[in-house]
Amino acid sequence: MDFAISISGFLALYIFMLAAFAGWVIIGHVPAILHTPLMSGSNFVHGIVVVGGIFALLNASTVLEQVIGFVAVLLGAGNAAGGFAVTDRMLAMFQVSGHQSKAAKSGHRKKG
Amino acid sequence: MLTMIPQLVIGTTDLAAAFLFMYGLQRMSSPVTAPSGIKFAGVGMLVAVLASFLYAFDVDAAAKPFLLVNSALAASALIIGGGLAWWSGKEVAMTAMPQMVALYNGMGGGAAGAIAAIELFGAKTHGITQIIVTLAGALIGAVSFSGSLIAWAKLDGVINKPLRIKGQQAINGLFMLATLAVGGYIVFVGQSGSEPLTPMANLIYLFFGFALIFGVLMTLPIGGADMPVVISIYNAFTGLAVGLEGFVLQNPALMIAGMVVGAAGMLLTLLMAKAMNRSVANVLFTNFGDTAKHKQGAIKGDLKPVEAGDAGIFMRYAKEVIVVPGYGLAVAQGQQKLYELVKLLQSAGVVVKFAIHPVAGRMPGQMDVLLAEAGVPYDLIFQLEDINDEFANADVALVIGANDVVNPAARTDKSSPIFGMPILDADKAKKVYVVKRGQGKGYAGIVNALFYSDNCDMVYGDAAAVLTKMIEAVRGLGLKAAA
Repeated sequence: MDFAISISGFLALYIFMLAAFAGWVIIGHVPAILHTPLMSGSNFVHGIVVVGGIFALLNASTVLEQVIGFVAVLLGAGNAAGGFAVTDRMLAMFQVSGHQSKAAKSGHRKKG
Repeated sequence: MLTMIPQLVIGTTDLAAAFLFMYGLQRMSSPVTAPSGIKFAGVGMLVAVLASFLYAFDVDAAAKPFLLVNSALAASALIIGGGLAWWSGKEVAMTAMPQMVALYNGMGGGAAGAIAAIELFGAKTHGITQIIVTLAGALIGAVSFSGSLIAWAKLDGVINKPLRIKGQQAINGLFMLATLAVGGYIVFVGQSGSEPLTPMANLIYLFFGFALIFGVLMTLPIGGADMPVVISIYNAFTGLAVGLEGFVLQNPALMIAGMVVGAAGMLLTLLMAKAMNRSVANVLFTNFGDTAKHKQGAIKGDLKPVEAGDAGIFMRYAKEVIVVPGYGLAVAQGQQKLYELVKLLQSAGVVVKFAIHPVAGRMPGQMDVLLAEAGVPYDLIFQLEDINDEFANADVALVIGANDVVNPAARTDKSSPIFGMPILDADKAKKVYVVKRGQGKGYAGIVNALFYSDNCDMVYGDAAAVLTKMIEAVRGLGLKAAA
């Protein structure tokens, strides 16, 4: 048995088409109030590029390739980690009436 | 056998990651489920990244001797890059969020471009389709990288003014054509096997150089208030680049994640452009707001300044107040003060709602996040289409740091550059207070007819200072303060 993946021609186009459609539909349902977390969340999702960077770096056989591969992983990891950190922080702030959030309590607010 | 198990594990984790990304994004469609959504996506990312080290069992023969060094390099890059970004993401102030998103986005584009560079330098692509897709991903990734960095610099205030030179569009077009020409030549050389005029490596450097310069030039002339569209489009670009490189690397998880984000970013870009009543091309390629060539219809009436305290007391005795916050509120860091005032009014029995324009802030929905940070519950926050009919019933519309998004000329004045733009109908409230720093014009550089209308009073001053005065005045009426 072989688990190697081989995608070519039309198969790739089918994957792209379905993924694009899924993205369009999923995001179409997100209310405007969540547009910033959504954008930062989707920004996090394309951080998956770090996986491609790791693959490329592991297969590097010249110094030039190693240097570029290192940069690819460095940037990709930054994309993923930073994207997650800011999105998670933002979403923690959303709350309904009657609930005090931690974020609000730490703010500069007088209680009188 | 030695390669089968890693392949199986990587295949499974990547499949799981692709599912968790989409499931996570889907959960973001409601503020209730959204916090768990990002965590699902995070788990997907974590397992995919950990599993990717199993590629070590299946590397090219040429890379075998370097495997140990390469693995160490990958691990350290992961820790350094991830660690720094994690720390900065946790530390940064919420008002600085747009530039951080731009920065992380640029990093993703850069990573996609770097992967393409390895494939090109190592001549690892097979066939004409792969090389064209690699180059396309490289171009989009590189433009997204340099463009996002410029966007970051602008949002962060490193670059203050839109830089515009004569014939900018011609120069931009020239760089675009040069990039495409070099790319086309690389494809030609790769296909025909003929000897290139200059070593292949030089061509690749040239290609990336042109693409990076194009990204810079394209972003420099775009003004601050157009940033929601710019960030959104570069987010889509990076997604697209990641998807294309995913095809080159034969990694469906990258293809799916990249394309989902590409489509999502495109949709958001169109929504933002629609909210400004301009086409995406208009945002990217015209210098908006620097010249006011059009004739303005004569505006009748005067600006009527009032004291902040009087406005505060008036609101205290109103039945319903709708607050229209704009970017000026965020600049003055007045969100906390605003919510303090709102709670005072609420405790006095006033119904208070927030009305948010889609392009308020420097990225889509930024004002919602800033209000959420100040503690404003999201069920008090309403979007344009949900609240516009309610202004007619409101006693007071309190406009703070917003200008063009409440300009009734968008509805009435056909000659106005913002004609047709959806606006918040603050002018329909019985009384309008506009809190403004001075008598300046808005981003679009046009006079706001609302300020001159009979039911509108101006409260001049820094938003935070004005709000403080309003709070004092309302407190002075001897009410119990809100908890």
